[in-house]
Amino acid sequence: MLSLIGKRLMFAIPSLIGVVIVTFLLTRALPGDPAAYFAGPSADKQAIEEIRKKLGLDKPLIEQFLRYTADLAKGDFGNSLTTGQPVATELRNRLPASAELTLLGLLVSVMIAIPLGILAATRPGSWIDHLCRVTTTAGVSLPVFFTGLVLVYVFYFRLGWSPAPLGRLDVFASTPPNVTGFYLIDSLIARDWEAFRSAFNQLILPTATLAIFSLAPIARMTRASMLAILSSDFVRTARASGLSPRAVIVTYAFRNAMLPVITTLSMTFSFLLGANVLVEKVFAWPGIGSYAVEALISSDFAPVQGFVLTMAVMYVLINLIIDILYGVIDPRVRLEG
Amino acid sequence: MTAQPLLDVSDLTVEFATRRGIVKAVQHVNISVAKGETLGIVGESGSGKSVTSYAVMRILDRAGKIAEGSVMFSGVDIKGATENQMRDLRGREISMIFQNPRAALNPIRKVGDQIEDVLRQHAQAGSADRAEKAIEALEQVKIARPRERYHAYPFELSGGMCQRVVIALALACNPQLLIADEPTTGLDVTTQKAVMDLVVELTKSRGMSTILITHDLGLAAAYCDRVVVMEKGRVVETALSADIFANPKHAYTKKLMQATPRLGVSLRDLLPAEERAAMPVQALLTSPRLRGEVDARSASGEGEPASESLIPPHPDPLPASGEREQKPLLTVENLVKEYARQGATASLAKLFSRKPPTEPDKFRAVDGISFTVGHGESVGLVGESGCGKSTTSMMVMRLIDKTSGRISFDGDEIGEIAPNSFARLPLRKSIQMVFQDPTDSLNPRFTAARAIADPIMQLGDIKGSDALRAKCEDLARQVGLPLELLDRFPHQMSGGQKARVGIARAIALQPKLIILDEPTAALDVSVQAVVLNLLQDLKQSMGMSYLFVSHDLNVVRLLCDRVIVMRTGRIVEQGLTEAVLDAPQDAYTKELLSAIPHPPLPVH
Repeated sequence: MLSLIGKRLMFAIPSLIGVVIVTFLLTRALPGDPAAYFAGPSADKQAIEEIRKKLGLDKPLIEQFLRYTADLAKGDFGNSLTTGQPVATELRNRLPASAELTLLGLLVSVMIAIPLGILAATRPGSWIDHLCRVTTTAGVSLPVFFTGLVLVYVFYFRLGWSPAPLGRLDVFASTPPNVTGFYLIDSLIARDWEAFRSAFNQLILPTATLAIFSLAPIARMTRASMLAILSSDFVRTARASGLSPRAVIVTYAFRNAMLPVITTLSMTFSFLLGANVLVEKVFAWPGIGSYAVEALISSDFAPVQGFVLTMAVMYVLINLIIDILYGVIDPRVRLEG
Repeated sequence: MTAQPLLDVSDLTVEFATRRGIVKAVQHVNISVAKGETLGIVGESGSGKSVTSYAVMRILDRAGKIAEGSVMFSGVDIKGATENQMRDLRGREISMIFQNPRAALNPIRKVGDQIEDVLRQHAQAGSADRAEKAIEALEQVKIARPRERYHAYPFELSGGMCQRVVIALALACNPQLLIADEPTTGLDVTTQKAVMDLVVELTKSRGMSTILITHDLGLAAAYCDRVVVMEKGRVVETALSADIFANPKHAYTKKLMQATPRLGVSLRDLLPAEERAAMPVQALLTSPRLRGEVDARSASGEGEPASESLIPPHPDPLPASGEREQKPLLTVENLVKEYARQGATASLAKLFSRKPPTEPDKFRAVDGISFTVGHGESVGLVGESGCGKSTTSMMVMRLIDKTSGRISFDGDEIGEIAPNSFARLPLRKSIQMVFQDPTDSLNPRFTAARAIADPIMQLGDIKGSDALRAKCEDLARQVGLPLELLDRFPHQMSGGQKARVGIARAIALQPKLIILDEPTAALDVSVQAVVLNLLQDLKQSMGMSYLFVSHDLNVVRLLCDRVIVMRTGRIVEQGLTEAVLDAPQDAYTKELLSAIPHPPLPVH
């Protein structure tokens, strides 16, 4: 098992090198001059030149790249121009916020989508099938910023049930001591119920926003793959040997139907992690998505490169986990590799 | 059959709600099975034989329902039973084995666990001895090393072994009735014999009743006490199997029997009398095989059968020049195809498997075979699955590379040409193929005309849509495909019609050699009879050679001049068809021949 993981990580190295090169070149190719931006609107030409020299942007591209990779090898992602903070620290602080939100959103949507998909597949044409269809269509057609804003408008502004959409904790709660970076878990470890409740309340709306969006692909895939499996020969055999509907659906159909669902899940997860910028914006969530977008707008290279690299690593890890899960579920994958 | 029958189906009608209204798949069917009896239900596809059995089990699709009639199983009214009652019956009182055993098992669950599922459901064993019971069930179906197989997944077992597991699953709870739905279709003849013998032995020893659903008259005759013949959802004849084959009453039964390839008949004999009369005379004149020269009687020296003595001696269809006669069209020498056994993923497999692999790295699918195909000759390539016959045909077809050896076609060394570049050579026109599954081998988005025109558009010299259309119509006429079907899509045609499209496509470029890969294996016997005759006629009129890949020795006997018997990549025997099949020299050929169930059919 360990050597399998090691081998997969080895395979990932060339693609990571590619990501480093491409992001480096892309950020250089983008319009906008970081030196000019950094110097401010009132700076004259000489001041901009000076800053350019200070940032090392006057050097040839190849030299900049070599210096960048040498820093990377030491674990140094460079410093953000706008905040002055090291990128690595910023990412480390912000990644848990994004991950906590995304994981929770995904968990909620899986808990709704999979039962919904299974029920829709076992009762095609029934009201639950129609409900599934309507929910999934709505889920994909409503953009996240819209759902997010509607939720904020209704539950915060109109009804006042939820706290202000301003970050991960309300202003009066204190941040729990950092263990995992996930506030829900950290506050539990510290037995800080106040912080837990606050973090939880802050999470409800953005989680719901993400869940509504990611519900659609998962429910659809579950339904389609369950339908295909339910009409297969071995399900007929199971029914013909008198197994209970529960055993037929759970043990025989669902486990087989899970493979494509897991693939969808991994795609949804990696997509949400980077692309929920809008949700982070709406809820003032201090995640990596909003961080990267802000950096991109201000031509701040280091955070963008750091962000893309982090996402690439995450993607490799998620794919590895998916492959291992595949092997656990389907014995045929173990042999074929 | 005087006692109370175990299963009594009376006046059963099953309806399916489809988009085009209600379809009656089974109409007013009466079937009864006595205790300990083996009943055969015989019919072609669409005759409703499987639907009848699903109705008995009440496992019809959502769209299907029992509309009329009653099904009584040892006093229980199956039509009126609740779902819970049915669940208790299924698997414990009535159980079923299916066609395509590999698909009938859950691919990601150990076979032992699947047997335990059934035992648990019907409370046949406590949790302590359930595993032992499952192993016992595997033992009874004569699986070698059942304790090891208990932990196997279906994909690790062969087709015959999977069917044994399905049987173990079905018999685990000692049911009173076993329904076997085409249990051996798709299995090799020797495996078929082993599986059927096992079913009979187990059911007889437990005093069980069996319903054997099959399209194979020979199988039904060999294993059943009584036979029910179904056509288009109705029972047309019911009789003791000895009687029905000796003296079929219904026209459909007669037609079915006539179409079954068997010893001592010619290709033409398979067709109904009126169709035989409609066949082109020219073909009759020129084909020695059609005139029944391979007939058992003529082979044994009785001379021309009286019925055909009217036909005058024919001119040779291929007045061969000496050179042509000497040089075979296709020569294959020492052909070898090796596959790497596991390749790059070997280490992955090692990680998960319990024991280290003991097999060598290379696997020889084809192991040094040599044969020739002459001009205008049909050569049969027979053997069981995995013997390398398909690999051989693919290499000759230049679809895959050979590992070593020579393939020479019409004077050209085609073995050295890579498959990709061969596709663009004019030589490609000369070797064409008819594939096994007429449905899967046609593009579902192409009309019949488009499918036939495809090779002409790629390699032919006919330009312009009108000329193409005319050529397609020509070809359709040649293969007997009604012209109005040319604009239909594959799903709108029957199996036989699709087979004709496949053949028209293969002959479109007037090839010299056609490779036929089990072209009739997916067809009903009556359709098979027509298609085989068509192939024979086309060969005569176009002077083609056939390499006929098949596992059905009866069909090979009818169509081929020579036969090559393969086993595990090697040729065990080859020679003239009559010589090999009537007096086999090799033990394996003998085994193959003896495994064919012979229906007691009248030699007309």
